[in-house]
Amino acid sequence: MSGDGAALGARLRERDLSAAPAALNLLESATPADRAQSAALLAEVSPKALGGEAPGHVIGITGPPGAGKSTLLSALLHAWRSSADDAGPQTVAILAVDPSSRRSGGALLGDRARIELDAADRGVLVRSTAAEERLGGLAWPTRAAAHALAAAFDVVVIETVGVGQGETEIVDVADTVAVVVQPGSGDALQFLKSGIMEIPDVLVVTKADLGQLATRTRRDLSAALRSLGSRSTPVLAVSSLPPPQGVEELIAALAAHRAGLDLAGRRLRARRASALADYTHEHGERGLRALGGRHAAEALLAEQEPGLDVPALVAALEGTPPR
Amino acid sequence: MMRTYAGHSTAKASNELYRGNLAKGQTGLSVAFDLPTQTGYDPDDELARGEVGKVGVPVSHRGDMATLMDGIPLGEMNTSMTINATAAWLLALYIVAAENQGVDQSQLQGTTQNDIIKEFLARGTYAFPPAPSMRLIADMIAYTVEHVPKWNPINICSYHLQEAGATPVQEIAYAMSNAIAVLDGARERIAASAAASEPGGSGEADGSGEPSGPGEAGGSGEADGAHAADGHSEELMGQVFGRISFFVNAGVRFVEEHAKLRAMSVLWEELGRERYGVTDPKHLRFRYGVQVNSLGLTEAQPENNVQRIVLETLAVTLGRDARARAIQLPAWNEALGLPRPWDQQWSLRIQQVMAYETDLLEYPDIFAGSHVMDGLVAELLEGARAEMAVVAEHGGAVEAVPYMKGALVDSHRRRIHRIESGEQVVVGQNRFTETAVSPLTDDAEGGILVVDPAVEAEQIEALRRWRSERDQAAVDAALSDLARVAGEDSSQENLMIPTIAAARAGATTGEWARTLREVFGSYRAPTGVGEASGHETPDADLTELREEVSRLKEQLGRRPKILVGKPGLDGHSNGAEQIAVRARDSGMDVVYEGIRLTPAQIAASALQEGVHVIGLSILSGSHRELIPAVIEALREAGVQAPVVVGGIIPDQDVAPLKRAGVACVYTPKDFDLTRIMRDIVELVGSGQSALAGNAAVPNGGGAVVGNSALAPNGRGPDGSQSVA
Repeated sequence: MSGDGAALGARLRERDLSAAPAALNLLESATPADRAQSAALLAEVSPKALGGEAPGHVIGITGPPGAGKSTLLSALLHAWRSSADDAGPQTVAILAVDPSSRRSGGALLGDRARIELDAADRGVLVRSTAAEERLGGLAWPTRAAAHALAAAFDVVVIETVGVGQGETEIVDVADTVAVVVQPGSGDALQFLKSGIMEIPDVLVVTKADLGQLATRTRRDLSAALRSLGSRSTPVLAVSSLPPPQGVEELIAALAAHRAGLDLAGRRLRARRASALADYTHEHGERGLRALGGRHAAEALLAEQEPGLDVPALVAALEGTPPR
Repeated sequence: MMRTYAGHSTAKASNELYRGNLAKGQTGLSVAFDLPTQTGYDPDDELARGEVGKVGVPVSHRGDMATLMDGIPLGEMNTSMTINATAAWLLALYIVAAENQGVDQSQLQGTTQNDIIKEFLARGTYAFPPAPSMRLIADMIAYTVEHVPKWNPINICSYHLQEAGATPVQEIAYAMSNAIAVLDGARERIAASAAASEPGGSGEADGSGEPSGPGEAGGSGEADGAHAADGHSEELMGQVFGRISFFVNAGVRFVEEHAKLRAMSVLWEELGRERYGVTDPKHLRFRYGVQVNSLGLTEAQPENNVQRIVLETLAVTLGRDARARAIQLPAWNEALGLPRPWDQQWSLRIQQVMAYETDLLEYPDIFAGSHVMDGLVAELLEGARAEMAVVAEHGGAVEAVPYMKGALVDSHRRRIHRIESGEQVVVGQNRFTETAVSPLTDDAEGGILVVDPAVEAEQIEALRRWRSERDQAAVDAALSDLARVAGEDSSQENLMIPTIAAARAGATTGEWARTLREVFGSYRAPTGVGEASGHETPDADLTELREEVSRLKEQLGRRPKILVGKPGLDGHSNGAEQIAVRARDSGMDVVYEGIRLTPAQIAASALQEGVHVIGLSILSGSHRELIPAVIEALREAGVQAPVVVGGIIPDQDVAPLKRAGVACVYTPKDFDLTRIMRDIVELVGSGQSALAGNAAVPNGGGAVVGNSALAPNGRGPDGSQSVA
């Protein structure tokens, strides 16, 4: 086996990026032995072990197919890696969740080919996974991976496909969620107005080089957000074509959102939501009823120590005798 | 016109080859460039490793071009260059070489292939993103129509689409849509440059332009100028239309293939009249050159390819109304490796027998009045028009590249499935497979040409000498001017001007392309594999394989994950794409990164993605250098997963590859992809059982001695044609 989970977790805690691939192999594995090792790994990077929340900024980037997410990611990656401010280059992990259907069980993971990468750059990791069978959901390994990698990388991006409805789980994992739409995408506007789409932390309109169309889309989205009472959500227009525009502003907006965030509170909610999702995935609605229903389970989670990692919280739920 | 597609090793060696071919009765030149030249890299670039001089001749600067054309009178020669992304550059070098022979550019005759859309769709030797690539093409057309009037600036290629699996309907529809994109771009460019040059009064406006109204300055004067320019550009547009030629494919179903060509001439004339207002019948004629099908050539019993080639040639010669203007034939042993001069001579002799011994060329159109032929043509026209409408709905050929690519991968998948199931018969491959020992492939070299590996080092050395001996300041100035013109998006200036200046100054192919890449940005074409639909009805074999994959998944703890990649510059990705799709259909997770990967990129991907096995595909003959380099990079990165290789791999190279650590080697005679998948699943499983966990898969002890194709099609040295 890829070695012991606790050791990998400790290396991630020490920000040893070279431990990441093996850690991901472990976290993705479903064998009982590997699951136990995964729990050990996550315990090593829990807030309790770290003495606080993991330092990395977990960013969810989501949007419909063809909105330009991969191109945007390439531009962001370039900016993060060459950032000239005091912080210096940021290390980045990208968890690309591919929407490919799993008709045959298999999946073609194409995102890697679409993101521009420098093979010699050890400060960047891209891992592709197929979307879970259930619609819009984040696979267990992706959520666990985001928690673990946030201990080692400065930025962890979870890239998913969607327009905000259904994939609410990304909100449960990411510190900041950016929804990416392309100019003229009336769908996003409608989803936003009708409340199907959750209000994102940052809204990005790509292909700003399309000029008027992009400007109008941006204006419409801003107006819709205002009518929904959200005055704080920035709506940014970016273009990745040379010369790129808006990328620095987007990075600043992402950082500003994170700075204004009750990080500990959001992460704690995220871990509890993950634990509940995992428990439900494992034991079904029936298992949930056995705990006395969703509210009772949430109450139980709220009683747990805040610094616990997700598997520890799941164990707490499982340890409760059925009523 | 008869010629063979040729060039290899060095400019000097290729020059000797050309002179020899001309002496044998060949009537024109068809230049094959190596992959670094085609994709805009110098021989000392990391990506050029193993590729220098392999599939064609390396031409890095005007000195190489002068050597290549030494002793060949360029004023009289008709030269076809298979060059696309870097066509503007190679034409510039050719113009400068002619200049130095004392020949004016207006005398030059020939063709640059220059079709970029099919590079995104099928052949993979693109260098820049779609929009600036189309601008380069439009500039070349605008330049040649004025200054090199006998040159065919572009050859719309449907050849490669068929090689990538296109059905006849797709071949027609995508080629015509492509032509529309090119012509629309050229029309804009010509109108712009005519408008720019008009106020001074153009001598070529053949009297149709009225002078600007006196006394009316400003706006209305400009309008008059534009109107005058319209007349001139309409005339030029007719000339441009007349200079566009096609490069098509012909498969072994030669009756339908002939109908395809008749349908194309109908559509072409229609397009000229209706969309571009062309009226001159001479300009409206559908002119095409042809290289017959390589996809259908087999590695098994390769001598059968000779009769396939003959029949395919009939498709493009039978009826006079749709007869090819120039024909080049592949060699019988192309699926085995690089053909030797004798193999090429055999192909030339096929044409000569057909032209001079048979009565093929003595009759008027033999299908005139044939109900069957007319019906076939009508059917193809109907299908092609519908498919062209779909492309137009996507916003035209450039915008529709991802759609067309997905459709081609899907057609190719269906074709392979028909062969696997035996529905489509391929003699010697899936039927009548018993054979006596062939005396043709029995010699030590296995019946192919091998390029001396020392060529690469010599070429790098020569290039460094060239750089140290030239006027660097002049080169820098020329390149910075090139960057300036390229950077002005709405520039009235034609990119050919600074390109020719850079050629004169002594800049290199890599420098020219790098300068433009810096301005235009880099690009990766869509792979099409994500769009390809799944196996509709899994047969028994595939169902069984899926069960095996499920078992393996339980054993591994996660789904088996494969990385499929193409190291080097070879862009023939059909095989790799089909492997990726079949791996997906078998139930694996597939990371497919497309073409043009360095060993370091493959190693980084394999490590980060945690794959269980790595599949590499190479068809350019550079496997001897590249595969060991990839394995070294993988092991250095700590990846122990087994490596399988597919491509045009001669038998004698299999053992060295295995010594370098390759677990299995597959070649075109292994057409059953499900079987390859089974090997791979076994390989991962056997490596796995040696350990007790999931992460590091050891180099499978039970290396499967496989013989199947990561690259089920032949290499296909595809050529451009002059049909002047």
